[in-house]
Amino acid sequence: MQRSLNNSETLSGIIQKPQFSPYTDNGGTVIAVGGKGFVIIGCDSRLSSGYTINTRFQPKLFKLTPQTVLGSAGCWCDVLTFVRLIEARLKMYSYEHNKTMSTPATAQLVSIMLYYKRFFPYYVSNLVAGLDEEGNGVVYSYDPVGHCEQSTYCATGSSSAFIQPLLDNYVGKKNIANAEKGKLLTQEEALRVVNDAFVSATERNMYCGDSIILNIITEKGIEERVIPLRKD
Amino acid sequence: MALLPDLPKGGFVFENFQRNEFLKAKGFRAPKATKTGTTIVGCLVKDGVILGADTRATSGSVIADKYSDKIHYMAKNIYCCGAGTAADTLYVTRMVSSNLELHRLNTNRVVPVICALRMLKQHLFRYQGYVSAALVLAGVDEDGAHLYSVTPHGSSDKLPFTTMGSGSLAAMAVFETRWKPNMTIEEGKKLVRDSVAAGIFNDLGSGNNIDMCIITRDGVDYMRPYEEANLKGQRLNSYVFDKGATPILTVHTIPLEVEEVMVRHMDETMDTSA
Amino acid sequence: MKYHTQSPASTGTSVIGITFNDGVLIASDDLVSYGTLARYRNIPRVLKVNEQTVVGCGGDFADFQHLSKIIEQKQIDEEANNDGFTLTPKALHSWITRVLYNRRSKFDPFWNTWVVGGLQDGKPFLGYVDMLGTAFVDRAVATGYGEMIAKPLLWEAVEKKESITEEEAKDLIAKCMSLLFCRDSRAFPKYRIAKVTKDGSVIEGPFEVNVDWSIAAHVQGYE
Repeated sequence: MQRSLNNSETLSGIIQKPQFSPYTDNGGTVIAVGGKGFVIIGCDSRLSSGYTINTRFQPKLFKLTPQTVLGSAGCWCDVLTFVRLIEARLKMYSYEHNKTMSTPATAQLVSIMLYYKRFFPYYVSNLVAGLDEEGNGVVYSYDPVGHCEQSTYCATGSSSAFIQPLLDNYVGKKNIANAEKGKLLTQEEALRVVNDAFVSATERNMYCGDSIILNIITEKGIEERVIPLRKD
Repeated sequence: MALLPDLPKGGFVFENFQRNEFLKAKGFRAPKATKTGTTIVGCLVKDGVILGADTRATSGSVIADKYSDKIHYMAKNIYCCGAGTAADTLYVTRMVSSNLELHRLNTNRVVPVICALRMLKQHLFRYQGYVSAALVLAGVDEDGAHLYSVTPHGSSDKLPFTTMGSGSLAAMAVFETRWKPNMTIEEGKKLVRDSVAAGIFNDLGSGNNIDMCIITRDGVDYMRPYEEANLKGQRLNSYVFDKGATPILTVHTIPLEVEEVMVRHMDETMDTSA
Repeated sequence: MKYHTQSPASTGTSVIGITFNDGVLIASDDLVSYGTLARYRNIPRVLKVNEQTVVGCGGDFADFQHLSKIIEQKQIDEEANNDGFTLTPKALHSWITRVLYNRRSKFDPFWNTWVVGGLQDGKPFLGYVDMLGTAFVDRAVATGYGEMIAKPLLWEAVEKKESITEEEAKDLIAKCMSLLFCRDSRAFPKYRIAKVTKDGSVIEGPFEVNVDWSIAAHVQGYE
């Protein structure tokens, strides 16, 4: 049997030239759960490419304002660039208006900045966690090109497919006939479920691990915690 | 006219090959096979040979099996570690294992390790690398302890220490810096443990436990797990559902009518003499 | 589109770096390959930027030379300013990140992986940047095959102890360089070490790797 090769086709292993791709997947998972007067956002600290771990401690949470935190995972070079640009935009806003940007406004800015790169997107999964006008927790989730959705809990990144169903069921009380709908979690309950979500995701996803970094946002400020995860 | 279809002759069936190539050309994605990812190692010591393996099997970035068994039985005196497509490593070792047993019954001798190696590499060579099994074969026979590695294309190597799989480079780094000739079994166990651990912690395709198999003239010590390389994180919540979480939409009961009760006593024990 | 810029030509292999209690070491071998050919065999791929900053580079050598010249000019400009500020390792690491990211965004990348090291406010700093602009800092880093072969040993050493001495770090580098020579077909037995301590930065070497070939006696045939 003979097979002819056209130009775009290569016999794997015979003709191999390094092909440039501007994107890579460095993994990472971000979870946020909000409630009355607080929001928790957490990320794992593993940065990886292919089958290797780049570093075991790379925080993926960025404090944008004293009550807003951005969690970013995916193509790490895009994360670095995107975060630098948004930090600059927030600084310009604070100089111009003599106040820090509110969480809903920051969430809108993230969306606009992602959509600006619609035809050469940042390959990044973003979550914005912060407090709304009443001081209650809000979470905004995005796709890479700027679609934005507000909610009270969300998981994105490499383990999102494992964690989102858990959050829908446990936090959102979905598919439970006798559950009290619309009831928000307390801060302690939210902390426990975020911890458990990372512990379980680490069992089944190789891009998740090493440690959890948590930011607990309340009106008093942002508290940071680090919890170890398995390292294999 | 036959009442039953003929038994298959053996070998692979290719009847769906053309259809699958056609589907692939149309953009249909083939199903993903489970890969072992894997760090597997082997090391000769003074009185025998030691095999080591991690226990992670992956499907893409998902950990498909946390306690995969990668040290396969070949014969009483021969074991074989497998890396690559999980099914290929299992079936190639299983097939050769059967043939080794037939060989042992025919010759009435302890099968030499070289015999297993030849069977493995001839099978792998015939399929030009498409049977993706990278193996570390070890055993003890009349001529002493032997250690071989076999690539999916059918080439082999006879070495005092060897590593295979995606964690092979990390594991080899440990062997290259610490291996020395004529180690005791205890020294060998430590080295094999550390090299598999290097794979587990540095390669994402490898993880979970360390299995080990020590083959000497006196017998086999198969340890599974030899060590749990890292402990599982602790969950803080219970995720048990309250009664009534699943809604009952309709209830329909079929009463069971007992027509007859029969009790049979088994007096004879099963014939297991053959 | 210019396709010849989209694959490397003359290349260097791994760079490894490690921090110790009061400084940083970055090592790379002296070889620049042209495909499988060992083309230039006496080329240091570590560079002293100033008394507190050094860099090492793997990948396309032309891109390295081009960026080296720019970095050297940056340092000259800094000195000419004479304002008491110097190029710090953190600043240079960040700058390289931006340069490489901008080029990847133009689909015309600098085909390099960089290791930047030095003393940042008196503390050891070690950073990594790849051709896309992916960047991070760690106590031990490695590029290319070094990431798979040398990094397990480097990490084991830095994770075991709070800090290691210069002697321990140098022994480890020597071990890793000989290991890389054994297992990376594009590696070379001659290498240099860039060192930064509070006494300034210096490029040491060339050193020869020390390989124990006695194992060869244990290898016979393939069956």
